[in-house]
Amino acid sequence: MSYIGVLIETKDKKAKKSNFGIITAACSDGSSDVCALMFDDSAVDNKEILEQYGITKIIEISSEQADLNTSPDLKAQALVGTMKTLDIKGLVGLSSPAGRDLLTRTATLLNVPSALDCIGVDFSDHTVLKSHFSGKAIARLKLEGDYFICGIRPNTIEAVEKSGNAEIVSHKPEISGKPGVKIREIKKASSGSVDLTEADIIISGGRAMESTEGFKILSECAEVLGAGVGASRAAVDAGFVPHSMQVGQTGKTVSPKLYIGCGISGAVQHFAGMKTSKVIVAINTDKDAPILGKCDYGIIGDLFEVVPALTQALKG
Amino acid sequence: MKIFVCVKHVPDTAANVKLVDGNSFDDSVKFVVNPYDEYAIEEAVQIKKDRGGEIIIVTLGIGQALSTVRSALAMGADRGIHIKTDEMIVDTMTTVEAIKKAIEEDGGADLVLMGKQSVDCENMQTPYYLAQALGFPVATDVVNLSLEKDQAVVESDQGNSEMAIMELDLPCVIGATKGLNEPRYPKLPDILKAKRKPVKEFALQDLVPEKPVDRASIVSLEAVPEKGQATLLEGSVTEAVGKLVEIFREKKLI
Ligand SMILES: Cc1cc2nc3c(=O)[nH]c(=O)nc-3n(C[C@H](O)[C@H](O)[C@H](O)COP(=O)(O)OP(=O)(O)OC[C@H]3O[C@@H](n4cnc5c(N)ncnc54)[C@H](O)[C@@H]3O)c2cc1C
Ligand SMILES: Nc1ncnc2c1ncn2[C@@H]1O[C@H](COP(=O)(O)O)[C@@H](O)[C@H]1O
Repeated sequence: MSYIGVLIETKDKKAKKSNFGIITAACSDGSSDVCALMFDDSAVDNKEILEQYGITKIIEISSEQADLNTSPDLKAQALVGTMKTLDIKGLVGLSSPAGRDLLTRTATLLNVPSALDCIGVDFSDHTVLKSHFSGKAIARLKLEGDYFICGIRPNTIEAVEKSGNAEIVSHKPEISGKPGVKIREIKKASSGSVDLTEADIIISGGRAMESTEGFKILSECAEVLGAGVGASRAAVDAGFVPHSMQVGQTGKTVSPKLYIGCGISGAVQHFAGMKTSKVIVAINTDKDAPILGKCDYGIIGDLFEVVPALTQALKG
Repeated sequence: MKIFVCVKHVPDTAANVKLVDGNSFDDSVKFVVNPYDEYAIEEAVQIKKDRGGEIIIVTLGIGQALSTVRSALAMGADRGIHIKTDEMIVDTMTTVEAIKKAIEEDGGADLVLMGKQSVDCENMQTPYYLAQALGFPVATDVVNLSLEKDQAVVESDQGNSEMAIMELDLPCVIGATKGLNEPRYPKLPDILKAKRKPVKEFALQDLVPEKPVDRASIVSLEAVPEKGQATLLEGSVTEAVGKLVEIFREKKLI
């Protein structure tokens, strides 16, 4: 029986929560076993949690020939080697910047098509669902080829627990050639903020936030909600907050359970990044703002009054 | 330095795209240069200003896509290659095969600049497949590019305020994104001049007589229904937020 491999992304050696929905997607197939693929030595630390979602094998991939973490193309080569040796025919991962890079490099080495940012996947007929035209349409794509490779938008598939036992194996694939790309260093601009794509709840501010100072009321509300804080492009371009907080076409694509847009008009390009949120709430002074024509709940009012009141109400 | 810039002819993101036949869309909407490709064109123009060379635009698209090639030429590119297709949507592997052939036919590239994503199909992967086909290294989500003797040093946005500084051997493929530069607006004389710049045409079939067997094909393309008018929570601010919190609890959102 062939395997479906799930690329596991870790943060400080802990598997990110958003991996589990991807494992569930891979397990839905039934005709293949699902293995986890890891590139750091954290298999032991994550064994228990990965078992809980149905992983039966954890493959730790490493190399003594090359530093895989600084050579993206050699990392892909190592993954291809592993897939060929261990009969892994399906490969899925998070459609995060790192996931997209590795999945696509791997697909090009295998010379098969692949798809990123998928919001649905069917292993039985090798089809995926993905957004087109800034979220205005959904395409079902069929990927022809011996391998089936796709990246899934975080939080779009609900994780389902499934008991099992996993063995850990380590694999050191042969690597050849010089890397064409090398990572010299990773620069971190700011830290501490919640990873938006991982957040269950997001509260975002737009141009109406007026300043960096203005975003404080969102952070306070976010703290009570356990939410991440996002922004529209107008707020980012005005310099209120960094680009890493931008939601939308040129920013992050998020799928939280709850999205609260404050002083955001609801442009298509903003919706492209948050349309798949389960519940969308808008706080806006203008009852004719486009966002109110395409969301679940709205409060017409000044966000500088409504947001602090919401924070209070949540505390109470 | 011979720089190829891949530019896609796409519907404006704000346009109301009409889907037809379950796998294509109507061509009557407003089309533009794919926004991410503008960063690639601008970067090429700046590189040329520094070190000289030639900039060639490559576009695979319908007949009307010539207007997009002209827009790119107006930004400062020297000449264009238009690979004509009848279909509105062509899969990545076929696109790459055609662009690769066009580049090779033209004598090869010293650098290939593209956008990190097309806003119509949102594949985010053409730079990788083209790089593999040409045998070049690739980096995408690039917000900073500097060329050294035989390598390119780039800054690639990894999300969450993380930037990877990467070195790539030249020639290479770069996927540009917002932040790389500020694309210029062409002035009228540039637009007029662009009309006289040479554009070579190919039919897709000339370059790719047979489509690759392994590829992604569209089974269906459907409009996503909007959520519709919001339920407004009325009353005083306190009443409205009270109702909202109640809804959050009911729906187990908090
Ligand atoms: C290629 C391209 C890519 C883009 N990518 C993105 C992207 O990734 N993300 C993105 O967000 N945008 C993106 N945009 C920009 C997008 O088109 C909009 O310009 C942008 O989203 C507007 O931001 P906004 O809603 O904050 O501002 P505005 O449109 O100015 O809206 C402000 C809103 O605040 C309301 N308001 C004002 N005062 C108050 C108050 N006191 N209390 C409550 N409400 C108030 C107003 O009624 C209005 O609805 C992109 C555009 C293009 C062309
Ligand atoms: N038909 C095309 N013609 C020219 N360039 C293209 C075409 N399709 C994609 N590209 C290039 O590939 C980039 C990424 O597109 P995509 O992989 O479709 O998201 C775009 O920004 C363009 O630079």
